This record gives sequence, C-alpha cells and structure tokens, in this order.
Amino acid sequence: MTNEQQSLVHARGLTKRYANGFTAVDGVDFDVRAGKAFGFLGPNGAGKTSTMRMIACSSPVTQGELRVIGMDPRTQARDIKSKLGVVPQIDNLDTELTVRENLEMYARYFDIPRDVANRRTDELLEFVQLDERAKDQVEPLSGGMKRRLTIARALINDPELVILDEPTTGLDPQARHLLWERLYQLKRRGATLIITTHYMDEAEQLCDHLVVMDKAKIVAEGSPRQLIDQHSTKEVLELRFTDAVRDDLNGQLDGLADRIEELPDRHLLYTENGERTLEQVNLRQIPVESALVRRSSMEDVFLRLTGRSLVE
Amino acid sequence: MTVLAASGRVWQRNWLVYRRLWHRSLAFGFLQPVLFLTAMGIGIGALLTPASLEAFGGVPYIDWLGPGLLAAMAMQTATFESTYPIMNKIMWGRNYEAMLSTPVGIRSIVYGELAWTAFRIGSLAAVFLVVLVLFGIVRTPLAILAVPFAMLIGTAFAACLIAFTATQKNDVGFSAIFRFVINPLFLFSGTFFPLTNLPEPLRAVAWATPLFHGVELVRGSILDQLDPLTAPLHLAYLLVMFGVGAWFAERTLTRRMAG
Repeated sequence: MTNEQQSLVHARGLTKRYANGFTAVDGVDFDVRAGKAFGFLGPNGAGKTSTMRMIACSSPVTQGELRVIGMDPRTQARDIKSKLGVVPQIDNLDTELTVRENLEMYARYFDIPRDVANRRTDELLEFVQLDERAKDQVEPLSGGMKRRLTIARALINDPELVILDEPTTGLDPQARHLLWERLYQLKRRGATLIITTHYMDEAEQLCDHLVVMDKAKIVAEGSPRQLIDQHSTKEVLELRFTDAVRDDLNGQLDGLADRIEELPDRHLLYTENGERTLEQVNLRQIPVESALVRRSSMEDVFLRLTGRSLVE
Repeated sequence: MTVLAASGRVWQRNWLVYRRLWHRSLAFGFLQPVLFLTAMGIGIGALLTPASLEAFGGVPYIDWLGPGLLAAMAMQTATFESTYPIMNKIMWGRNYEAMLSTPVGIRSIVYGELAWTAFRIGSLAAVFLVVLVLFGIVRTPLAILAVPFAMLIGTAFAACLIAFTATQKNDVGFSAIFRFVINPLFLFSGTFFPLTNLPEPLRAVAWATPLFHGVELVRGSILDQLDPLTAPLHLAYLLVMFGVGAWFAERTLTRRMAG
C-alpha cells in the first residue's frame, strides 16, 4: 500500500489482449515515481504504446491492476484524464485551427476558465518557442514545431503526469535536441514524465529510470547507468573486416573479450578496456579494416537482453 | 464537466472553424434553392396543365416542390457532414483521439456533433425559408416550424450516418451510401411528385422510408396543411430514428476509438 501511495502509476500484472487474441502487454509490473522521468525502451511492437494507452485511459485494461494518480482507469477515467498531458506518437493537432487556437480550444476541453487559459497559452507558446507563429495555421509548421506545439498542448491543464509516446521519432537531429532541451526544462520544474522510445540516446538523455520491453514483457529495469553496468561491459570494441578476412576468421577472436556479438556488418567485443583488446587483436595479426572503441550504451544492453538491435 | 458541457465544447470547436466561412456557406444555401426553384418550379411547372395539378393538391407545382426540396436539403447536408468530416476526425486528422485525451468523452462527441448538425441545418433551413417567402410560397406563420422539422430530419440522418461512418475503414462505403441510399430517397420520397403516382408495392416502400415523413412535415407546415392525425406519426418516426441512430453512434464510435 505504501508503494502505491508514493507512485503516480502503479501496475501489477498489467495485461492488454486485443479482440483478435493478440497479447500486446503480458503481465508487467512497474511503478512511476513523482518528479522522475520514466522511460519505456523497446523495439516497435514491444508493447510500449499499448501500455501508454492503458495509462492514458484510452484503451481498457484487459487484466491486472493499474492505478494512475491514485485512481482506477476503469471507473475514474475522466478524473485521471483531467490531470494528464498526452503527447501521442502521431501528431493529432487540429489542422483547421491556428497555433494559438489549438491551445485555447484544448483548454476549453479541460473546462479551464478563459483568463487562465489565455495566460497559460501565452506562457506555453513562449516555452516551446512558437510565440511568433501564434496566428499561423498548423499545416505549414515543420515537424519539430508541430511536436513542440503538441507538447505545449499537453501542458495546458498543468498536468501531474505527462505521457510522451516516441516524442522525437521522425525528427531531424537539430529538432530532436531542441525538443530534448525543452523536456529537460520540464523535468527541472518537477514534472513527472513517462516516455517511450526506441532511441537509446533519448532514453539515456532524458530518463532517470528505464524499463526495457520486448515481446510484451519487461526484460530489465533500472537507471540507464545501472542497466549498462549490469548487462554490459564498460567498453565496446567495434571491428570491421573485409569479406575475405571475415569469412576466414574461424574463431581467431575467441577469448579476447567477455562476449562477442557478430552483426551483419561488424563484430562487437565487450571488454573492460577496448584499447588493450585492440592491441591483442593486432598481436594475433588479424587484418582489421577499421576499429572503434566506445563506451557501452543502452543499445548494447538491449542487444544482450534480446539478441536483437533496437532499431531494425 | 458534465456530458452536456463537454458536448458544448465539441460544438464550439466546429463553430471556431465555421465562423471563418459561414457567409460563404449561407450564400450557397441561398443560391441553391433559387436555382432549383427557377429551373424546376417555373421551367417544368409551366408545362403542367390545370388538370395535372390536381395531383399536387391544387397548388402550383413550384409551391409543392419548394418545401420538398427544403426537406431533401436537410437530408443531403446531414449526410455529407456525417461522412467525410467525421471520418476525418476519426482517422485522417485524429481530432477525436485528441479530444479523448481530455475529459471530453465519446457521448459528448456524438451529441456535440449532432448539435452542430442541428445548428448548421437550422441556419440553412432558415435561409431556405426566406427564399420560399420571396417566391411567395409560404402560406402561414406556422411555416417557421419547417426549421425545427428540418433540424430533426438532419439529426436523424446524421445520427445513423455517424454510426455507419465509425464502422468504416476507408471512404469507399460513402459513395455506395450516396448512390444507393441518399439518391433513391431524394427521388422517391414525395419531393418531386406525389407518391400516389407510384405503383402500390413501391408506394408502401416509400412510406416506410424516413425522408417521406420529413417531407410531409415540412410541406405541411409551409402550405398550412399539417394534419393533426398524421403529423405526430411522422414526428414519432423521425424521433425514433434519431434515438436509435444516436444509440448506435455511441456504440460504434466507442468500439472504434477504444481498442
């Protein structure tokens, strides 16, 4: 019970099965703590969006326990929704309204008094750096601007919990960084965020706590640092070979690293010290086309846990 | 926020979009009946002999036709408004998904959209009525009842069509609805000629269809021919159609939006 009171979202054995029999979420347990950024990391089809839709009360829970802000989505959906901000995977801005009208109309859906709505609209447009586009239509905005407007819209009711489903998918790097910066600001103000993503860098940048999902289940959980420490080595040596060398390797790399992953285009050698491992490779006189030493990332954790890449 | 208040917000959203184009919409709503009444009423009406006018209850053809067209306009506008724009809000523009992330629920969406259709058709019917006054067709102040009657026709059709639209995965079904439902109703509901001209079995079918009852009510109110015996039956038919349609609309839209 104490557990439940501290967490904004409390799930035990949470399950989503669709009418066609497909199980999208299969008995997952997790707790989202207030003031933290909580991430769901996993490939497409892992069950992230289905979990988010249940939390947002837009998809009924099939089985298990779910409390959102201390309430039951089955019976208190309206009250929960009034305290949530939702940024969906695909933009659903009202393209027949202007930028400003999008926020004002959304405020009306929450029954926010007009003067409060006007003030918040001004603040939020400034926050997402769209104040100069307030009178423009939505359609000509860039993808990054639309996302920012969607985020501003999700904040119009001053939500206790903000749910972001793949907030930066499809954006160019510059737009992503601007968005991350805004989300980071939001976090500093004390907002609780739930983020789904299949980008490891996004998860590492934004999330205090992560669950890794694969095939409808949670396969690991912890802070990004903890997950990397638990499931990967400190460093990774990436090696590329010419096709001839590659076909002729016959286990020559054996014993050089804690673990070796063979990907279609390169070999990953998991080791505590990449430079030293590279020296040993050179000592064995294996002709390397290119070599790269880097720190372990969430991508490596995911590969370790599921045997597959995150972005396929 | 109550369901009613939330329905008001859904209505308000449509008004926010419409207030930029209302003058165009109403100008078209004025021009359309003027053209129709001139072409068909005066053009064809002039060819009818006094003897053949007997079938129209002894009034000039244009007087008989005008109210029928008003009722048909209500059906056609409601049909159009409840197909493509609703589909857009379900799947192309995802407006409903956005609304459903707020305290606005499915029931409020359905009733807000129906209230919007009622408003749109009410305003078009009022303009239509002005045209009928200008053509000297209106016989009684009771003709003002044609506006709420048109709103009832419109919302009854809109409710059923929203229920249908929510089940559709693309817009292919809409052209079938227009071709095989709306056009036959437009032609065979006593809009252009009295049903008594139809062979007996077809007449029974026409009696069972909804637009016929709407045409009877609208024409009755404008030509001062409302029959206190049959008018409540026509009214009841449309009210039941509205109720059943709205019930189904809420169900099909719920199934569609909350998977």
